Amino acid sequence: MIGVALKGLLGRKLRACLTAVAVVLGIAMVSGTYVLTDTIKAGFSGLFTTVYQGADAIVSGKSAIGGGDQNGPGLAPAFSESLLQRVRALPHVADAGGNVAYPTLLVGRDGKVMAAQAGGLGFGIDPRHADDPIDPLKLVTGAWPTNGRQIAIDVATANKKDYAVGDTIGAVASGASRRYRISGIVKLGDASIGGTTLAVFDLATGQRIFHKEGKLDTIYVKSKSGVTQTRLLQELRSVLPPTAQVRSAAAQAKHDTDNTSTFTSIIQDFLLAFAGIALFVGSFVIANTLSITIAQRTREFATLRTLGATRRQVLRSVIVEALVIGFLASLVGLFAGLGLAKLLNQLFIALGIDLPKASTVFATRTIVVSLVLGTVVTLLASLRPAVRATRVEPIAAVREGALLPRSRLARFGLPFALVTCAVAVALLLFGALDGSASTKQRLLGIGAGVLILFFGVALVAPRLVRPLARVLGAPAARFAGAPGRLARQNAMRAPSRTAATASALMIGLALVTVVAVLAAGLKGRFESSVHALFNADYALTSQNGFIPTGVDSAKALVHVPGVEVVSSVRAGEARVFGKRIGITGTDAQMPKVISIDWVPGSEHVAPFVSKDFAKKHGLRVGSPLTLQVPSGKSVRVTIRGIVDPPKGGSPFTDVTIPNSVFDRAYANPTNLYSFVKVQGGATPQNTARLNAALKRFPDAKLQTEGEFEKNQEQGITLLLNLLYVLLSLSIVVSLFGIVNTLVLTVFERTRELGMLRAVGMTRRQVRRMIRHESVVTALIGAALGIPVGIGLGALVGHAISYPIFTVPWGTIVVFVFAAVVAGLIAAIFPARRAGRLNVLEALQYE
Amino acid sequence: MAVVEEGAPAPAQQGTVVQARELTRRYGEGATAVDALRGVSLAVAAGELVAVMGPSGSGKSTLMHILAGLDKPTSGTVEIAGQEITSLDDRALTMLRRKHIGFVFQFFNLLPMLTAEENVLLPLSISGQKPEQRFLDELLRRTGLDERRTHRPAELSGGQQQRVAIARSLVTRPTILFADEPTGNLDSKTGGEILDLLRESVDAYGQTTVMVTHEARAAAIADRVLFIADGLIVRELQRATAQQVLDVMAGLDS
Repeated sequence: MIGVALKGLLGRKLRACLTAVAVVLGIAMVSGTYVLTDTIKAGFSGLFTTVYQGADAIVSGKSAIGGGDQNGPGLAPAFSESLLQRVRALPHVADAGGNVAYPTLLVGRDGKVMAAQAGGLGFGIDPRHADDPIDPLKLVTGAWPTNGRQIAIDVATANKKDYAVGDTIGAVASGASRRYRISGIVKLGDASIGGTTLAVFDLATGQRIFHKEGKLDTIYVKSKSGVTQTRLLQELRSVLPPTAQVRSAAAQAKHDTDNTSTFTSIIQDFLLAFAGIALFVGSFVIANTLSITIAQRTREFATLRTLGATRRQVLRSVIVEALVIGFLASLVGLFAGLGLAKLLNQLFIALGIDLPKASTVFATRTIVVSLVLGTVVTLLASLRPAVRATRVEPIAAVREGALLPRSRLARFGLPFALVTCAVAVALLLFGALDGSASTKQRLLGIGAGVLILFFGVALVAPRLVRPLARVLGAPAARFAGAPGRLARQNAMRAPSRTAATASALMIGLALVTVVAVLAAGLKGRFESSVHALFNADYALTSQNGFIPTGVDSAKALVHVPGVEVVSSVRAGEARVFGKRIGITGTDAQMPKVISIDWVPGSEHVAPFVSKDFAKKHGLRVGSPLTLQVPSGKSVRVTIRGIVDPPKGGSPFTDVTIPNSVFDRAYANPTNLYSFVKVQGGATPQNTARLNAALKRFPDAKLQTEGEFEKNQEQGITLLLNLLYVLLSLSIVVSLFGIVNTLVLTVFERTRELGMLRAVGMTRRQVRRMIRHESVVTALIGAALGIPVGIGLGALVGHAISYPIFTVPWGTIVVFVFAAVVAGLIAAIFPARRAGRLNVLEALQYE
Repeated sequence: MAVVEEGAPAPAQQGTVVQARELTRRYGEGATAVDALRGVSLAVAAGELVAVMGPSGSGKSTLMHILAGLDKPTSGTVEIAGQEITSLDDRALTMLRRKHIGFVFQFFNLLPMLTAEENVLLPLSISGQKPEQRFLDELLRRTGLDERRTHRPAELSGGQQQRVAIARSLVTRPTILFADEPTGNLDSKTGGEILDLLRESVDAYGQTTVMVTHEARAAAIADRVLFIADGLIVRELQRATAQQVLDVMAGLDS
């Protein structure tokens, strides 16, 4: 009997393939996600392992407030370079070397910074010790930089941008850009560093331009042979100041890898969510395709029953078929994922996320999860059609045109569908409106509500197909003649089939609509915040707008003729009320460039806190506030103001201190934004004058209000485009659903199509008929999905407390148009098949 | 030739394999209700080939469906191999079909992806039995399929497909074989060959067979012909010729 099922599968290859496509795409996404993120993780882990491979122990700076100990602004402080001498003098230490590091961007021949998105790393190294095996930097060609005019750059940049030893190149760390002569080409460890660039200076130069005079960030230690690791670490700890820590090389590599894996895990979960959506849509497509094929095989099942097959055997044969399809499709998807991983990587690189990569990692977990998930999803989707197959009575074997019996539950259909929708709406309302529940509960409520709502709408959809098709098919019926009228009738004649096909598309369209609605709201809110706050003529940020820059660029603007105000916002981290939070700094000039609302009684100067923060911690004007900064120092301030920042975003975090205080507390202060007011406002002359003053700061970017708004929105726009691209996968899956239904329908209506041809319908008209049916189906999907999406967008927007609800009508018109195009594309193959039918054979088709 | 009184119950006889009593079947309800059978009783003896004849809408198909357990009567009983079948559940009916019933259909109902031989063996593989190779070979030779074993239905003519269907129905040596218009979808020459094959299987294997047909020629191979009109058995002929059958039919039509 199982043999029969398998042979049946072989006999219906096209149908089996149609069913499989939906699984293939979803599983390719699952597998591709795992392959990509595993490869990135392996890239990081390989990088850090080779970075530390020559050393036994690593000494690094220690942030007193915990968190990252990378060399970033407001993070781990550097320690005195005298420590290196003390370490070298230890009895069990064979060798030790140290360096300083700071984010440093290379400046190209065009005067612009390279890798503004991926960022760059700068090191200051001791050239006398740099060839020691413990040093992570390896010289590829040339020599180490030995004076303040020399630099070494990484081999990837040298190759990509065509630089060689002897050329000059610019570099900018926390101060002004300078030009250096390339003394050598280096690499970091033995692995890829992604899109990041390297700039290596001699120690004194590094210390000077990183503002870390007399300091080191890292010491690499090699022990004498025969010394145990515990012994070495113990000895090192005895000489460490409180601002430094030591780890074994392996522990340090793991620690650094773990720091990055949080990020890769987020990418992984994010992409898997879209794989999940694609599979969910795929399960609709599979269920529908199987339902149709099973309905078409009614006679076959009935014959098997008359030959003595039990219901269980029929069930088993359908399930075996689904298992085989699911497994094979998962297998194809698994390997397709390898290709998709490369595509996803290109997508990320296009978005400015170029991460280190090892050679492709194809983990056992990827294989197991992909195969099991794809098979199980197919199996679950096949259950209902399989059960319906068992309900075929043997007598159907002798009846012509026997139909699949209605499901036993069919008469409860409408009440059940309405109850499902009601449950979904209740969950959604709970998630969106119940302020007493935790965020997690609310999001869970919304998530479950969305899934159930999709089911509910799909269940109600068969009742909506006729009225919707009548309206949406009206243009076709009106303008496309007989084929158009027949197309509309065809879309209406098996409502549950059309509904199931359209429902798959509904899910994808609903989700893109949610994204569009939220994005419109977010942008609208952000824009209104900028309009409200921005009272300057220009803003100055880093090139990518969100990493902080050195303070010198803003200082360079102060003396430009006509400049009235330059007010900067500093950014750093501190521990406040036991929690590590981001804090900002500002100066007394701030109110001249930023119009923020102050709570009555405020002095309109820093230190100030946000209204919500004040409420949470019972603070008021005059309350003392203690901040612990990474160096371990405690800063006590008295709150002089409380602000009520607009919802769309504010340049300030919850706690803002005066820049004078900030600069004493942080070793290497950096600006997030600077705002500039000039006589005469933003004019081309002023812009030119200011940019001339910024010539030595290629990492900084001067913008007018409009440009600032656009640049700051870029993040949202990028995310929006990423979401659209990823959701389009689900839409492609649902398109295959339309293809499947149409192809199977063409099979089923062969005789009818033959008759139409026999009475004079041309091939072209047949094709047009199929095309219109496809478009009507796609439009039904849009008619279901877009309102659902708008509703969900409003609810989710409300749940994440978002006052502006905007329906982006322009975008929605684009979606409807896209649905029509999608319908046309889906119809290409089925229409061609239908057009090719031989009239005589079609009439005899049984 | 013997004529039975209308509505008179057929006497139970020795070696009876199918016994129907007072079968009625009503479709629909109320004013639109249709009585397809209005009290039919009959018995089929072992080794007998019985043809059920009647004009369309006479109830002959309904009768066969009920006798074969495909449909349930509104009232009355059917016994196959001594077992009352109208009250059996789906599972018991399935077991009954495996053991006692063979089918030959008007549209052959072969599985298109299986070869001729695989189609023939299908009932055995469904019930998990091993085929007797000698019997299978003989069956395929007798049905003229020896050379066509590995062909799929699409590569066979209509007559050959029906031969596969007949071999499939005989392979389990069923107690009773039901043939539903077995020549209805064939040209007259091929139809004749199929009828010969059915007759031969009755003679060679003593295969008890009930055949529903509206062709006089088909009825002429039967040991006994039952004529149905308006849901009742109205005439019965023993070993009738095609002409005799036609005469009775003509009488029924008028």
